[in-house]
Amino acid sequence: MENLKRIASYFGVRSSLLLITVVVAVYLVILIANMGGHMDKIRESQIREQVGLALQSPEFQQMPEAQRRQIYEQMVEVRRREEGLDKPFFQRSLRYLVNGITLNLGRSQRITSDTGSNQVRLILVERLPHTLLLWGTAQLLLFFISVFLALYLSRHYGSALDRIVVALAPTSAPPAWFYGIILILIFSSLLGLLPYGGFVDAPPPPTKLAYALSVLKHMVLPVLSVLIGGIFVSIYNWRTFFLIYSSEDYVEMARAKGLPPRTIERRYVLRPTVPPILTSFTLMLITVWMGGIITETVFSWPGLGRLLYQAVENADTPVMVGSSVVYGYLLAMSVLFLDLAYAVFDPRVRLGAAGGRRL
Amino acid sequence: MTLWMRLREVRRYPSALASLVIIGALVLMAVYAVIRIPYAEAIRLWRAGEVIWLDNPRNAAPKWVNWFGASQPETIILPGDKVRKEIESLGSGVRRETFYFSFDFLYGNFPSELAMFFNATYAKTPPQVNLLWRTPDGREIAIGSRTIKASDRYIISGDPVLQKRLGRSPEEGLFANPQAPEKTLKGRYTLVLEAYLFEEGAKIEPKLVVYGRVHGWAGTDHLRRDLTVALLWGAPIAMIFGIAAAVGISLAHFVISAIGAWFGGVVDLLIDRLTELRMILPLLPILIMVGVLWTRSIWVLLLVLIVFNLIGGVKTYRAMFLQAREAPYIEAARAYGAGNFRIVFRYLIPRMIPVLIPAFVLAIPNYVFLEASLAILGLGDPLLPTWGKVIFDAYSQGALYKGLYYWILEPAALLMLTGLGFSMLGFTLDRIFNPRLRTL
Repeated sequence: MENLKRIASYFGVRSSLLLITVVVAVYLVILIANMGGHMDKIRESQIREQVGLALQSPEFQQMPEAQRRQIYEQMVEVRRREEGLDKPFFQRSLRYLVNGITLNLGRSQRITSDTGSNQVRLILVERLPHTLLLWGTAQLLLFFISVFLALYLSRHYGSALDRIVVALAPTSAPPAWFYGIILILIFSSLLGLLPYGGFVDAPPPPTKLAYALSVLKHMVLPVLSVLIGGIFVSIYNWRTFFLIYSSEDYVEMARAKGLPPRTIERRYVLRPTVPPILTSFTLMLITVWMGGIITETVFSWPGLGRLLYQAVENADTPVMVGSSVVYGYLLAMSVLFLDLAYAVFDPRVRLGAAGGRRL
Repeated sequence: MTLWMRLREVRRYPSALASLVIIGALVLMAVYAVIRIPYAEAIRLWRAGEVIWLDNPRNAAPKWVNWFGASQPETIILPGDKVRKEIESLGSGVRRETFYFSFDFLYGNFPSELAMFFNATYAKTPPQVNLLWRTPDGREIAIGSRTIKASDRYIISGDPVLQKRLGRSPEEGLFANPQAPEKTLKGRYTLVLEAYLFEEGAKIEPKLVVYGRVHGWAGTDHLRRDLTVALLWGAPIAMIFGIAAAVGISLAHFVISAIGAWFGGVVDLLIDRLTELRMILPLLPILIMVGVLWTRSIWVLLLVLIVFNLIGGVKTYRAMFLQAREAPYIEAARAYGAGNFRIVFRYLIPRMIPVLIPAFVLAIPNYVFLEASLAILGLGDPLLPTWGKVIFDAYSQGALYKGLYYWILEPAALLMLTGLGFSMLGFTLDRIFNPRLRTL
């Protein structure tokens, strides 16, 4: 009972701290995305232009100058009040913040969803599955291939394969999009085997199977570029990590006792490595949520990353802020989940005691 | 072992030597670029528009493609004062100047464009010119006549009338072999230009440019710019950006985590919160927003990058500093009464420098590629030519669709070399400075 209370209070404190962090982060994003209030001036001149265009009727043109001015200013004022532009930026930014934090994401200014809606929530929801599909596949493949291969290499350390992987580790310096462009050059342009980009053939194939195959075909190059961009350094890091853990004294001890290698690996090497593996798995999930802005742009993949870039390009503040809020929340949730997982898996972490700090 | 002795150990690793050669070559390239083409000149060459590159072909491949069996023509430029010229007076002040622009065309592929440029001086009546094309097999094709303004150009390959007459684009039709229209006819061509000058003091300076399909060692882009300018200047920018960002960020992380670990308590807690804040802040989106909404200057973006990284990412070193804090020599320092800052900056940080060096070198490629990443999103510096911007230009001009591979591959290869150079060195330094890895 005592223990449970401690856990509850610890997570209470942690989640409120994280919430504060999210609030600060979102506010910073709001400030930057609104150019510290400058974006509203742009919006206001847009309104003036629209009102001016709306007042092109002949009746209006025949009115005297003063009256025309007055009507024009009135209409602008109405529109300004509608959008809250009459209040100072600071006040408005706080309202944006509250709206953002409560996931009341509002309407976009230019970008629409495929169904034509300008609800930011709908736009995000529409893009999310694409991002999850691509980055889930790529990152899970990357993660599991590198962990298992690293484990294999740490067992056969010094072998030819091991040397090759170590030598290839520097190839991970370029990011995925860089390899993406090279892969497009080879497989799409030179060989004509795979599509240049996009999510599915146009027009989309009628049957479900053909549709899935077409999506699969479009996924090959992006997934491959993520793999090439990360695999060798990832294997190298895990390999070093496993090697360090398997040179611990207690592992030597187990060897001296004559335990079979499998048992040593399972009980003495892998068990203490669970928390770090978990950490990096969670951090990997975070990249899955956000996708890759540039890789998605290079491959014209209609995901969240590309959406964010389009939003910035179109100066569409609500979409920028909306996707940052969602990202912030997902990240905070992942961190919280990580804390919880540590508490379960790592006996060294004593909740509540000494502030429950992770090293 | 002193730092210097450890650094000298690099010699024992072949991959590190290779990386040093690469980095050395890049540094030489950067120095050469800066000396050969000063900063302002580089910007002028890259930004002044097509005017200064008029004699260059558009989207021309580099010269060395011809070593691999291609027979792409090079550009032939014939100014009027370098060719045979006949002057004949026709009375009452009227003069006929005949220029014979003769050149050997021995390439397998057609030129990309054909143009004449004129500078004419006259008071009232502009000169009149007739153009006649003589092929190696003796055929004569009338190209047409024109009135020449003070500064004029006549793009022969873009003349719709001539195209209609030849039945195909002029730069092909004029050079085609009548027996095999898909091939060029090799041999000596002559463009005969008859200029009629109607005034005593009138002058005409014609120039013929037969645009090739290859140019220089790097080729040209869609604006006829010589890519060597951008490829050369990319080197110093990539190095400065990469090294400045890596130095700034690694040092800051290092100092902040040392201070946090030493003081503990509130400072440490604050750093913890800031690290989390940095984790939640989407850095690349923010950089993109700053780039699109505020400024695209590469140096401002570098500053933003450093500032945002200052407040986070220090966790990596923290554990190490916490360990070092407990070392006996620190205790000794404390015992003789050393102040907090003395301990942090004189004892704690120097001891950890071996950890910093590899991390710092390994971070350089990340920032080199970050510059390229921003460029590929169209956020490259508006003035400076960089490798990333060349890739962006190529990508957005559809180089991949048009098969202009050199345009992407050249800057990509240089970026890749830079990335590989620094990261190979970093990996070796990591092994030297982290003894735990060395035994592995």
